[in-house]
Amino acid sequence: MNNKQTLVVIGNGMVGHTFLESFVKSEARDQFNIVTFCEEPRVAYDRVQLSAFFSGKTAEDLSMADEGFFENNDIQLHLGDRAATIDRENKTVTSEKGVTISYDKIVLATGSYPFVPPVPGHERDNCLVYRTIEDLEKIKASAKDAKVGAVVGGGLLGLEAAKALKDLNLETHVVEFAPRLMAVQLDDGGGAMLRRKIEDLGVSVHLNKNTSNISDGDDRFHKMSFADGEELETDIVLFSAGIRPRDDIARDCGLETGPRGGITINNNCQTSDPDIYAIGECALWEGRIYGLVAPGFQMARIVADQLSKGEMSFTGADMSTKLKLMGVDVASIGDAQAQTEGALVYAYQDDAEEIYKRLVVSPDKKKLLGAVLVGDAAGYATLLQYKLNEIDLPEHPDSLILPGRSDESVGLGPDALPASAQICSCYDVTKGQICTAIEDGNTTVAALKDCTGASTGCGGCSALLKSVLDCELTKLGIEVNTDICPHFPYTRQDIYNLVIVEQIKSFDELLDKHGSGSGCEICKPAVGSILASYWNDHILEQSHLSLQDTNDTFLANMQKDGTYSVVPRIAGGELTPDDLISLGQVGNKYNLYTKITGGQRVDFFGARMEELPLIWKDLVDAGFESGHAYGKSLRTVKSCVGSTWCRFGVDDSVGLAIELENRYKGLRAPHKIKFGVSGCTRECAEAQGKDIGVIATENGWNLYVCGNGGMKPRHADLFATDLDKETLIRYIDQILIFYVRTAERLQRTSVWMENMEGGLDYLKSVIMDDRLGICAQLEEQMTHVVDTYQCEWKTTIEDENKLKRFRHFVNSDDADTNVVFVQERGQIRPAREEERTLAAASGEI
Amino acid sequence: MSNWTKICSTDDLQPNSGICALVDGKQVAIFYMPKLGEVYAVDNWDPFGKANVLSRGLIGDIGGAPMVASPLYKQHFDLKSGQCLEDEEVKLNTYEIQINNNSVEIRV
Ligand code: SRM
Ligand SMILES: Cc1cc2nc3c(=O)[nH]c(=O)nc-3n(C[C@H](O)[C@H](O)[C@H](O)COP(=O)(O)OP(=O)(O)OC[C@H]3O[C@@H](n4cnc5c(N)ncnc54)[C@H](O)[C@@H]3O)c2cc1C
Ligand code: SF4
Ligand code: FES
Repeated sequence: MNNKQTLVVIGNGMVGHTFLESFVKSEARDQFNIVTFCEEPRVAYDRVQLSAFFSGKTAEDLSMADEGFFENNDIQLHLGDRAATIDRENKTVTSEKGVTISYDKIVLATGSYPFVPPVPGHERDNCLVYRTIEDLEKIKASAKDAKVGAVVGGGLLGLEAAKALKDLNLETHVVEFAPRLMAVQLDDGGGAMLRRKIEDLGVSVHLNKNTSNISDGDDRFHKMSFADGEELETDIVLFSAGIRPRDDIARDCGLETGPRGGITINNNCQTSDPDIYAIGECALWEGRIYGLVAPGFQMARIVADQLSKGEMSFTGADMSTKLKLMGVDVASIGDAQAQTEGALVYAYQDDAEEIYKRLVVSPDKKKLLGAVLVGDAAGYATLLQYKLNEIDLPEHPDSLILPGRSDESVGLGPDALPASAQICSCYDVTKGQICTAIEDGNTTVAALKDCTGASTGCGGCSALLKSVLDCELTKLGIEVNTDICPHFPYTRQDIYNLVIVEQIKSFDELLDKHGSGSGCEICKPAVGSILASYWNDHILEQSHLSLQDTNDTFLANMQKDGTYSVVPRIAGGELTPDDLISLGQVGNKYNLYTKITGGQRVDFFGARMEELPLIWKDLVDAGFESGHAYGKSLRTVKSCVGSTWCRFGVDDSVGLAIELENRYKGLRAPHKIKFGVSGCTRECAEAQGKDIGVIATENGWNLYVCGNGGMKPRHADLFATDLDKETLIRYIDQILIFYVRTAERLQRTSVWMENMEGGLDYLKSVIMDDRLGICAQLEEQMTHVVDTYQCEWKTTIEDENKLKRFRHFVNSDDADTNVVFVQERGQIRPAREEERTLAAASGEI
Repeated sequence: MSNWTKICSTDDLQPNSGICALVDGKQVAIFYMPKLGEVYAVDNWDPFGKANVLSRGLIGDIGGAPMVASPLYKQHFDLKSGQCLEDEEVKLNTYEIQINNNSVEIRV
């Protein structure tokens, strides 16, 4: 240990942490002991996604560090301790808590702090900033008793903060000093269009406003006075007036800093002391500070390289951005203001649709220099590639922004991009890296995200990632065939639409009109499921019977030996002692293996096909219904005991679970659906691991969607908070039918969500804003399904015709002699092969 | 070779689906495809799952050739030849089957 050098990393923010991640993988890792000071009370988290904290993401969700990262990589972490001074002469760093470390190298990653203009009154209570999780906690606390909030600053961050205040149900104002919003990125036309859009969101915009004083308000907590004499009363003032680099520690030890702040660095990211590096938002390179993560990440990788091989250097970064507010598409690329000499401008404005687009091109019209997109940013990824890779523009550059024309030309094929083209700027993933990953067998967007990290940051590159994937697959000869199977040249969603539009009622009719051949085990159950969720006929009707998977045909789950399991519905997991006794009697009578499932209900195993109707007759008589354990349909609504008994419960989770289970039982879907309802945030029902999760709050119910256990667990996303029961059920109705209509076959809600362009925000806009105008239809379809529910088993045992199939042999009442049980722990289990041979030899069968 | 044995009446066949018959102690899966006007008979024994379940598999075609998919692990078998499409070495026995008036007859 002693012959190792010591590397001190000051600041464990987004960039400092990315540096550590790169460095521990580098060759030089073993030559250093690593020490890091982290001023915040928690290790690095995703500041870019900070606003998600308001929509339910926890500090852990946002964390950037894998569990055990520091221990496993032998990094000495000083949490909640600020590095206070650097003594360059004796080469030591001393912290606020008094720790002193001798260093050989230092990496400064101290980031920046929000600038608060020195307006009189700025230090009053409820004058806040937006940078850390603690800041957000303060905002949340202040918002509790507030009605009005004002954001000072109409830039990228200010608008994000305004949206957050709006979502906290405050009347929200944005106060901007400049004559337009996002003054740095947009031109006047774009700024004006953005203003209309922001106002459409219900946020008031005040431009040309210079705040001169903040004092006690008459009606609200503060009164803001402006230089033009106007006033605004508000309860909260949120400053978002720009950032300033945290360069004090560098300045104090005599490192060179810029006249307006920032620690000066060279192309190797070294400060004026070659043993000290600076990266991220605290660093000043050629007079510029980059207030975005991607350039910081780039610097982090460069310093990790500098400390080992010294091959990479920093040559500047792109400042293009896309606003990540729901419902407002804004993007800015390169020289948006047309400051390059001789630059030519093309602009397109459509007031009716609130769209504004502008291109800035080189004097010879060959290269794109910059662009502004407001209202429709679909072309962002393509335009960015034109810019970054200096691709020649089409003959009429305006074709890239004009409607009509743009459709054919904006789609710059991913083929046109060189392998070095950066697809994801957040994680610096090139087209070449993506192509290699595809060749290695990562042929889905989800797999590519996992292995390359692309599209896991701001998400701005997701559309491009998908098109690179599709294009590469085509080239590799893997046809991007979205047909459901060779019998139907359609996707599942196409087929669904055909069924609705042409009111098709049977597989044969669909096959005659739109398919070929006899079908197969892929299209038949898929069509069976579509017909069932749309028409909700009994699945064993003659015309549907042959479509069902084996489990559905016999309304039970086939086990390894050809026998079946039987699962009656136990809604919400609630069961009376008498119910338990009836179940016990059935188990005894038919000598069935009995177990509690992972879904809070009872499962009987070892039922022969011919016994199924008898068993179900007894169960139906005892008041039980089919549990649909065999179907791609609602399985269980897991519940915790809730407020009825639990000392922490805030609402009746069992009652709601039973109501939900009874409402959605029988709904056929692309895959199985599971719910959970918890009575409080302790979450004993694991609702956040379910397709639909509901958690009781003091003010109603929080709704979570698209969670999953199973092979690849996924935490559910918070869809809406504090809902009353009626709204909750309406949302669930619509979300489920939208899933049923649009998911691929055998796609759980989690994967459906992962593949949905626009993700959670898109789903919210479909359901909450009725963006597609289909909510009424969705609702109607769910009502139909709920109204036409029947217990499939009850109907079956009452119908001689349907019962005909439940015989092992068509020409004999014998049983299948291959089914042999032995005893284990007091119950039956299928005999293993050797046991069966033995039993046969001894004449037992 | 034995004679034709009557198994059941045509009404007992399940259109586009299967049933199982016991013929001379052997379990035979019988599939009926009304559109093609064809009836097929193969072993009911699934050599992969090692259970008598093939009559409960979904049927259809692959490239026009009629097939059944095992309900346990989804291997496909050609209904005419019994050949497993995933494993060259596995082949089901096939049986002669005919419809005589209204009866389904088989020869094992
Ligand atoms: C019976 C049960 C195990 C048990 O004894 O506890 C079970 C049994 C089977 N599960 Fe499960 N799962 C059972 C609870 C679960 C749970 C726990 C839960 O529901 O809370 C999970 C994880 C939660 C989830 O689904 O998100 C679970 C995740 C799976 C998966 C993985 C799904 C995924 O999206 O990754 C499969 C495979 C699949 O569906 O493709 C699966 C598939 C199966 C199959 C269908 C496998 C098969 O093809 O034979 C089993 C059906 C056997 C049968 O005859 O019932 N089972 N399975 C549980 C039945 C619950 C019920 O009352 O209906
Ligand atoms: C709400 C919000 C939204 C954003 N959205 C985007 C976006 O969409 N796209 C984008 O590119 N960027 C976005 N950003 C900017 C992005 O978060 C920053 O560029 C990034 O966090 C910079 O990383 P950093 O490590 O340099 O600084 P930071 O993440 O601020 O980390 C610096 C850390 O160092 C600590 N520190 C400082 N001094 C010391 C010391 N002396 N000793 C110990 N610790 C110290 C600080 O407490 C802090 O934890 C957003 C920022 C915010 C606040
Ligand atoms: S989730 Fe809450 S209410 Fe439900 S059992 Fe757990 S602690 Fe009790
Ligand atoms: S560019 Fe931000 S995630 Fe890819």
